[in-house]
Amino acid sequence: MIEIKNLYKKFGKVEVLKGLDLTINPNTSEGGIFAVLGPNGSGKTTLIKSILGMVIPNNGEIEIQGKSVLKKHQYRNNINYLPQIANFPSNLSVNELIKMVKNLRPKPAADQEFIDLFRLEPFLDKKLGNLSGGTKQKVNILLTFMFDSELIILDEPTTGLDPISLLNLKKIIVAEKEKGKMILITSHIMSFVEEMADEIVFLLDGKIYFKGTLAAIKEQTKQTDLEHAIAAILTKENV
Amino acid sequence: MLKKTLPLLLLLLIISNSYAQSIEVCATCDVNSLTDAIAKSKPHDKITIKKGTYLESNILIDKPLQIIGEGNPIIDGEKKGYVLIVKSDSVSVTGLVIKNPGKSYTKDYAAVYISQSNHFTFENNTLESVFFGFLIEKSHHGKIVKNHVSSQAIDQSASGNGIHLWNCSNMLIDGNKAHNLRDGIYLEFTKETKVTNNQSYDNMRYGLHFMFSNNNEYHNNTFTNNGAGVAVMFSKFIKMTGNTFTKNWGTASYGLLLKEIYDAEIENNTFEENTIGINVEGSTRINYIKNNFISNGWSVKIAGACYANIFKENNFLNNSFDISYNSNMNDNKFDSNYWSSYTGYDLDKNGIGDIPYRPVKLFSYIVNKTPETIILLRSLFVDIINFSEKVSPVFTPDELVDSSPLMTPIK
Amino acid sequence: MFKILKYSFYDLMRSSWSYVYFLFYLGLGSVLLFLNNDVSKAVITLMNIIVVLTPLIGTIFGVMYYYNSREFTELLLAQPLKRSTIFIGQYLGVAISLSLSLVIGLGIPFLAYGLLQSSEIFNFLSLIIVGAFLTFIFVALAFNIALSNENKIKGFGYAILMWLFLAVIYDGLFLISLVMLQEYPLDKFSLIATMFNPIDLSRILILLKLDISALLGYTGAVFQKFFGTNFGMVISFSVLSLWVVFPILRILFKSKRKDF
Repeated sequence: MIEIKNLYKKFGKVEVLKGLDLTINPNTSEGGIFAVLGPNGSGKTTLIKSILGMVIPNNGEIEIQGKSVLKKHQYRNNINYLPQIANFPSNLSVNELIKMVKNLRPKPAADQEFIDLFRLEPFLDKKLGNLSGGTKQKVNILLTFMFDSELIILDEPTTGLDPISLLNLKKIIVAEKEKGKMILITSHIMSFVEEMADEIVFLLDGKIYFKGTLAAIKEQTKQTDLEHAIAAILTKENV
Repeated sequence: MLKKTLPLLLLLLIISNSYAQSIEVCATCDVNSLTDAIAKSKPHDKITIKKGTYLESNILIDKPLQIIGEGNPIIDGEKKGYVLIVKSDSVSVTGLVIKNPGKSYTKDYAAVYISQSNHFTFENNTLESVFFGFLIEKSHHGKIVKNHVSSQAIDQSASGNGIHLWNCSNMLIDGNKAHNLRDGIYLEFTKETKVTNNQSYDNMRYGLHFMFSNNNEYHNNTFTNNGAGVAVMFSKFIKMTGNTFTKNWGTASYGLLLKEIYDAEIENNTFEENTIGINVEGSTRINYIKNNFISNGWSVKIAGACYANIFKENNFLNNSFDISYNSNMNDNKFDSNYWSSYTGYDLDKNGIGDIPYRPVKLFSYIVNKTPETIILLRSLFVDIINFSEKVSPVFTPDELVDSSPLMTPIK
Repeated sequence: MFKILKYSFYDLMRSSWSYVYFLFYLGLGSVLLFLNNDVSKAVITLMNIIVVLTPLIGTIFGVMYYYNSREFTELLLAQPLKRSTIFIGQYLGVAISLSLSLVIGLGIPFLAYGLLQSSEIFNFLSLIIVGAFLTFIFVALAFNIALSNENKIKGFGYAILMWLFLAVIYDGLFLISLVMLQEYPLDKFSLIATMFNPIDLSRILILLKLDISALLGYTGAVFQKFFGTNFGMVISFSVLSLWVVFPILRILFKSKRKDF
């Protein structure tokens, strides 16, 4: 369970989060996959990074499982994070990178499973600098999912994936959900969100504009698909 | 007449010599003091002093005598005036330990005072806790050999010189050690004298000091850690070869000071780790040949009017500054020296660099003007301004170059 | 921290730039020694190079490494690690690998030449120590600049400017002010001004070994005390250590408050 209270964040003069309040509780909701949506600059990434401790909020409180996480680092042992861009030290090999990340987290890892799934075996001894973007993204996904954590945060997970890998990714996400994990996703691919997400968290102007199920957002905007629902919200706001 | 008398004289001499008696001095002998022995002796007698300590001062030697110490007998002057006073020709003294002459601001008390005497020899004596060691005036053809002169000088005005010659000629100062004095060896109005193989160190002022003394030579001496090395002032025709000048450190300290010197030869000397290797003021017609300048602050510092000096075949190795001038006039010649900071090349492989070397850097000029800038020595900025000065000299003498710098040091 | 250090270090040790840097010093040391056959002269030439080059390389490597490993840093930030662990680990990885290139690159030719039998060994050692100090200082300064500037180009520009300022411009201003103010007693001023520039400070440390004869030629009592006794050595090394400590503290301070 994540509880965010009155979160403020300014970058220079730009106020990105303006007193954001959000509670995500998979036990009371219908499902475990939450999509964080919003137009560019609405604070999606800032919100996610605040949860991860990469952005330091000016004000407010973030609690995970009832404990404050600001200025702490141990709690991240229980979060898997997939960053948007995968760029690794170019002189390390894939194997060394996996070893290193395992080394940094004192918990069991299912790396072999994902190596097989994404057919990464032939790349294990290659240097990361020599890999293609897609392969890097596969390594990125592997690093994210190989640990068993209660919270999984995915930032634009579909970037650069071939169709087979995309299918695999969806399977993985569903499988994790089945295990009762809480999953936060940001994405611009609305079809992907529509297919995967149970609940939508819509950010606008540094605050939560809407939080609820897919059906609820469609109903509220009287649209039949998510893409149009979002568009309806945005045009209404602009008028 | 002469032909007849000469053998007779010789015969007389032999006879008189065979009559020369030998007097022994010891604590329990009939003669128990040197003063007494001298009083009882005739010219050309031999006085042997046995081991022991003799408290005597102002001992006047007024006839030719041979005085020999056996087992290093000590003559202690108890700081009452002079210890030995020589006022006769042909005196020879060996093997004595002479100490504690008096100290005075008005009189130059010395362990050995020699006045108007010729053909004397002092050998293997030790002079300790002296004010002046040997004070020699108006004497000629004497030898000061292998003596050891020392004191505990703390300040210049209350200390004297080790071997002090005034108005002398044809002397030989050889193989002595002089340390912790004001000047180790001092020559004034003295000519045709040789100073060789001495070691002069830890003295307050100079290791060796020449004033108004012409036609002298000094060779193979070592001068270490003196207040200011060796000073040669107001003198002509001095030859200096094979000497070593080291570790003369400090403000205005140098290996060798030349002031108002004419026609000197400086050859095969080594100047190592001195603040200034040679400090030259107003000196003319001096040849500097085959000397080694190693790790000095300044190898040669030239001030005032110096004309027609020649620097040839010297090695300048790793000095902070090679040559320093305080003006941009130059009448001196630099030729075929080795400079370790030379960065030129030798394409025709003749051992001589193809581009000339400028031994005077702009930075040495700046340091002369503002001494604190020394703290910027070897900084990149200083290298840059030195380079620009090298390309177009403004502050340093334009024609001061070594046009044939050597590529390898002279052995 | 040691884990991060280890991986940053491995990463750098395998980059071709580390080899180039290492080979450069190896080549330089060999050429200076075996072509000249004069250890003293080699040490003096090396001093001129090290005092200028190690800061430059430290600065460039520091800034480059920071910007190039941004995404990797983000990956690390999502792990259960303290921020100080991550940044100090990376910093030490860069600084140590650069220092090793210097020490080994120069050490091999000097050992091969028979340094251990030479009286120059202490001069050589102080040269190496000063080189390592400069590397640690300038990598730290570079990290500071990179941490404060999101824009790569800007950060790189500032870093190069900082090097240029400390290596050349500072001394130029210093020299001009000394010459302009020459009527006043300047020895305290000049010593203090030296303390504010790590390059000057390192240069002084080497001068204390190589040019002590010249330094003692100056009259001022403060200079005499500074250069004539161990006082200067102790002060210089202490201040040089401060030059490492303060930028590191600022890395810690900045990294704690920075958003990624």
